[in-house]
Amino acid sequence: MQITMTVNGTEVTAEAEPRTLLVHFVRDTLKLTGTHWGCDTSNCGTCVLLMDGEPVKSCTVLAAMAAGREIRTVEGLAQNGELDVVQKGFMAEHGLQCGFCTPGMMMSARALLDRNPDPSETEIRTAISGQICRCTGYATIVRSIRWAAAQ
Amino acid sequence: MQVPAPFDYARAESVEDALTLLQRHGPESRVIAGGHSLLPMMKLRLARPEWLIDINDLFELDYLVEDGDVLRVGALTRHATLLGSDLIAGKLPIVTDAERVIADPVVRNRGTIGGSLCQADPAEDLSTVCEVLRAQVVIRSLDGERVVSMEELHRGPYETAVEQDELLTEIRFPIRPRTGSAYEKVERRVGDWAVAAAGASVTLADDGTIADVAIGLTSVGLDGRTATRAEDALRNAPPSEEAFTAAAELAKQDCDPVADQRGPVDYKRHLAAELTKRVLRRAVERAR
Ligand SMILES: Cc1cc2nc3c(=O)[nH]c(=O)nc-3n(C[C@H](O)[C@H](O)[C@H](O)COP(=O)(O)OP(=O)(O)OC[C@H]3O[C@@H](n4cnc5c(N)ncnc54)[C@H](O)[C@@H]3O)c2cc1C
Ligand code: FES
Ligand code: FES
Repeated sequence: MQITMTVNGTEVTAEAEPRTLLVHFVRDTLKLTGTHWGCDTSNCGTCVLLMDGEPVKSCTVLAAMAAGREIRTVEGLAQNGELDVVQKGFMAEHGLQCGFCTPGMMMSARALLDRNPDPSETEIRTAISGQICRCTGYATIVRSIRWAAAQ
Repeated sequence: MQVPAPFDYARAESVEDALTLLQRHGPESRVIAGGHSLLPMMKLRLARPEWLIDINDLFELDYLVEDGDVLRVGALTRHATLLGSDLIAGKLPIVTDAERVIADPVVRNRGTIGGSLCQADPAEDLSTVCEVLRAQVVIRSLDGERVVSMEELHRGPYETAVEQDELLTEIRFPIRPRTGSAYEKVERRVGDWAVAAAGASVTLADDGTIADVAIGLTSVGLDGRTATRAEDALRNAPPSEEAFTAAAELAKQDCDPVADQRGPVDYKRHLAAELTKRVLRRAVERAR
């Protein structure tokens, strides 16, 4: 079927089977491989991207269900060549080690700051609680998001 | 890579449209709401629908309204909306308690109350909550509408009274004066299903005694039933630690947990009693 959605501000149309999961549509069809794919079971959160501004686990959403909606991936964070403050925060506070969980963490952080510009440490920890960092860099991830909030 | 088996997809534009599509595509068609129970089952081939009818555009099923002494909730209302609602927190705090510990914030952005009740997983937290609150649900078909109790809705694990060509459209919660409610769950880690959980709703009489009470347990083999012996023991009694302990003991005896990776039977029974006591205390405090 033909699927049309807005991805990082640009309308895209592509052919995909109804059973195609959004994570594979974004990575394999649109070649936006910044969104990672890990557990496949909606547990790890590395596939988190924003759908109509809200973080969702894209391994548990059909591409067909995202048709007509606004998708924002990690590639859409930087604007006009300038990194988003969340990305800067992860650089400044060493918010990543291997980087596998990072895109999902940053997208959840972006959505959190959009609705709550000054989150407490507890609010940050809650917001990323459905996401796993295998390198267990949670302390630095939380600090990175605090850094972004402070800017 | 886990991907569902092939199927056809249609997006419904209204409740009528969804019902028409379900009828047209027949027994192997199924609605998808948040998809956070159905898609995992389809990946594992535990479900293999030939048609998926997407109801996510049915904004008419996404609402929370207070209507006299009933709080009406649309079936497509997301977990995140329920958690964020001041109306719910004020009138039905047990729902807020439960939503805080259902899955994780990202999953809560998608999962719906209707999907939770139709999934009828014995570990589903909202099923216990709806039983405790003696909620009724509205089921629509092309022929009309019927209203059923939670007991009638849940026929067994993963089995409900919602027929293949029907939609669950609304959940109705009675709002009662001098009533408090609470939910508490023990989980191994954030986002996991309950090792055990308990919910209670208590209505106090003018003299401060317990006029009515409902106690429900999750994941300990009390599927579709409340802890009736514990409830009977508390009715007309003054709320006290001794009364809560005696009721918790009855709830513990009446549950029937199975040992699994979440814990052995004696641990789950212990939790059933302890959590029952805690939610009774909190529900009574909130009723005052
Ligand atoms: C990682 C993870 C952790 C979770 N943890 C918990 C937890 O701790 N506690 C808990 O209670 N739940 C938990 N869940 C389940 C979660 O709450 C689901 O979202 C919910 O169970 C199903 O809602 P849904 O809208 O996603 O339903 P779907 O998956 O869309 O549908 C489920 C079933 O209901 C049917 N259906 C849906 N809506 C309707 C309707 N309106 N009328 C008729 N039939 C309908 C579908 O056909 C399907 O058979 C978890 C899920 C995940 C992925
Ligand atoms: S790949 Fe989606 S949550 Fe792990
Ligand atoms: S940085 Fe390695 S998984 Fe998080």
